[in-house]
Amino acid sequence: MSQAFAPDVKARELIAFRIGQQEFCINIMAVREIRGWTVATALPHSPDYLRGVINLRGAVLPIIDLAIRLGLPSSEPTARNVIIVAQIGQQQIGLLVDAVSDILTLNEEHIQPTPDVASDLVKTFVRGLLPVEGRMISLLALDHVLPDHELEAA
Amino acid sequence: MDPMEEIRETFFQECNEQLGELETGLLHMQAETQSADTVNAVFRAVHSIKGGAGIFGLDGLVRFAHAFETTLDSVRCGRMVSTPTVMLTLLRAADVLADLVHAARENTIFSEEQTSGLIGELTKLNQESAESSLQFATIVNAPAPTLAPSHAHNWQITFCPHPELYAKANEPALLLRDLRRLGEVEVMLNASRLPELHQIDPDGAYLSWTIILKSECDEASVRDVFEFVEGDCDLSIIAMPVSTDMPDEPPAFFEGFEFFPSNPIEPVPILPTNEKLEITAKLDNSVAKQDSATTATIRVDLERVDRMIDLVGELVINEAMLSQRVLEAGIVRASGVAVALEELENLTREIQDSVMAIRAQPVRSVFQRMPRLVREVAAQTGKQVRLLTEGESTEVDKTVIERISDPLTHMIRNAIDHGLETPEVRRASGKPAEGTVRLAALHRSGRIVVEVADDGAGINRNRVKAKALENGLINADATLTDDEIDNLIFMPGFSTASAVTDISGRGVGMDVVRRSVQALGGRISISSKPGIGSTFTLSLPLTLAVLDGMVVTAATHTLIVPLGAILETLQPRANDVHPLDSKVRVLSLRGGYVPMVDVALALGYRSEAIEPTRSVALLVECEGGSQAVLLFDTIQSQRQVVIKSLEANYQAVPGIAAATVMGDGRVALILDVDSIVSTSRAESPRIESMRAVVTLMEAS
Repeated sequence: MSQAFAPDVKARELIAFRIGQQEFCINIMAVREIRGWTVATALPHSPDYLRGVINLRGAVLPIIDLAIRLGLPSSEPTARNVIIVAQIGQQQIGLLVDAVSDILTLNEEHIQPTPDVASDLVKTFVRGLLPVEGRMISLLALDHVLPDHELEAA
Repeated sequence: MDPMEEIRETFFQECNEQLGELETGLLHMQAETQSADTVNAVFRAVHSIKGGAGIFGLDGLVRFAHAFETTLDSVRCGRMVSTPTVMLTLLRAADVLADLVHAARENTIFSEEQTSGLIGELTKLNQESAESSLQFATIVNAPAPTLAPSHAHNWQITFCPHPELYAKANEPALLLRDLRRLGEVEVMLNASRLPELHQIDPDGAYLSWTIILKSECDEASVRDVFEFVEGDCDLSIIAMPVSTDMPDEPPAFFEGFEFFPSNPIEPVPILPTNEKLEITAKLDNSVAKQDSATTATIRVDLERVDRMIDLVGELVINEAMLSQRVLEAGIVRASGVAVALEELENLTREIQDSVMAIRAQPVRSVFQRMPRLVREVAAQTGKQVRLLTEGESTEVDKTVIERISDPLTHMIRNAIDHGLETPEVRRASGKPAEGTVRLAALHRSGRIVVEVADDGAGINRNRVKAKALENGLINADATLTDDEIDNLIFMPGFSTASAVTDISGRGVGMDVVRRSVQALGGRISISSKPGIGSTFTLSLPLTLAVLDGMVVTAATHTLIVPLGAILETLQPRANDVHPLDSKVRVLSLRGGYVPMVDVALALGYRSEAIEPTRSVALLVECEGGSQAVLLFDTIQSQRQVVIKSLEANYQAVPGIAAATVMGDGRVALILDVDSIVSTSRAESPRIESMRAVVTLMEAS
């Protein structure tokens, strides 16, 4: 335990989740809570990956369908789907994923760079790849999932 | 926060309040409605600032406040008559004082020149005023804020030590000596309880004292002297009326000593509190009057209030959810549950209103800043301006107040710079040389309306039109109504000032004013009459937290339409609906034609427009007074909703003003009426051609 938080090793905890057949992870420090899917209110003139907004204890939370955002096949969400509430800067957003699979602790040097052959979309969001027990988990950069950040980047 | 910083922050907050009072008071004095109270209030304001500034070592501020205060004191004592010249100097001094406070707050250096010049003027006024400036200077230098000499009391203190007092090594003589520091004392020993020598208990206590203290101190400071012996003695402190012949003639109270000289005297019991209060109340008559005039207030951290507002918002949502559940459960309306629920609803609404009222503040704080602005702009433009303010006590949410300050400042600058003519021109056109700018606030149908009116030349429509043409804002062949020309000044990139002046030509145009007003959910409009003047009217919501809305359905989506925008609900009849082209249809309504907007279509909820006869229509008023008809599938209900920002976690959505949480816990969107109408207008053929058609149709 104490070793995981020791400052000299660049250890960090990540939360891993599944979208379809693929696994992704994000820094656990960005995650505020995990909750079940509830029907979202669609926003007009919004990108397709924005499922809409839900009420999170009085705050309006936009829900990003990560599958669509990452260019993966997506289906209508059901009660089995999971929303990961994440903090990006001053904003909170909900990430719609299939299931949360794991909590990982690993060092910075385990992260391998994204291969150059990857598409632009993947390169925008995937910061690196992690080999974990024979599985491959993509480390996501959250700061680009919201549309206005996308605009700024463009 | 560092505690010292916190105190400093409080000091500056208080300074701002004092500056506000100062300004109001001076204006009252100027308007010759002054009374002793007004002058006192003005004096007190400056004095408090000086006192606080001294604590924080703000020497420059203290020096200036002192000079200012000195002059005010002359006025207060009647040594100086508040002639218009004196008043002008005092007003300017108030401005400089405000600048100094601001500079101190920001830790910036304020140029000494400006202050020293004015200090000189103030001193000169003083020297001219009276012979006894020396004498009153000493008064002013007195450190204590003892402004009202009526505070002076005679305190009658009865002090009867218990044996415990001596056992704890306290010495009455020292206490009595302490009392002497507070003022003139007269001590009387009552030794009547002293027994014969052989009966004396060496550890006993037999002596008591009655002290008459002549002092301006309050009861607390008298009590402080006895702080360490409290509980070990009988102590009573009674305020007595001040009479000049007091020392010679002891009050009836003391007669007791002569009456029962041999009997052991019971320590004087502490009088019942209400009786004592009566005495002090009589003495402090003048003070009490002031207190009742300024109602008691407390300073509360805004965050706490906002937290409470959030919670009440949650309560409202929960209450709505409960109502819905009860409805779903099929409980009859007349049942006890339904009745209790209705009571809960009323209560919730009342709590919400009360909480909102905490945030409500009179617009005075903004209006107070305007006289100074007017003076400055008038001086810069060489115009003579009189500012009239009305409805300063109109209350509105704090955020609204904070955010209308800038637009108002700009509008007033504009009114003086562009609206009013120079004194020569005014005289030539038979108007008084002094122009008037009227700033008024009032409540109108759940909104606050702020008007800025000038009695200037009105909008020069030819010049506005030429300018708009030059800037490519309109086409050369456009025929515009007077109203439309007036509204051109709100267009981005429009400025009529032919020379960019220091006052309004800062690249900030009326379009910025309009945008900031719209951002507050407000509207701005102008009406202008050539030669008579222009009036800008701001209409703003009272609060930014709740909204009365109509719950409607568009396609399958629930939307809220702000009630403030709705003029009426309609059921369009087939022969009233006229297609204008393939997309736009108009509704004939009482002889006029109003464009119709299918909201579901505009928001992309469906691809085919709804048949107007099978929909419900809401006639809405948009900015600038134009009207439009919004089409929906059904109307569900009308209710108050709590406004939730979409921008907090996402971004602004075109056509949507904000979101709210409905009774079922789902998010519903609040429609931005102006934006939805203007976007569908932009997509439709140009408004010009449409009006032409409408006029043709009306003619036929």
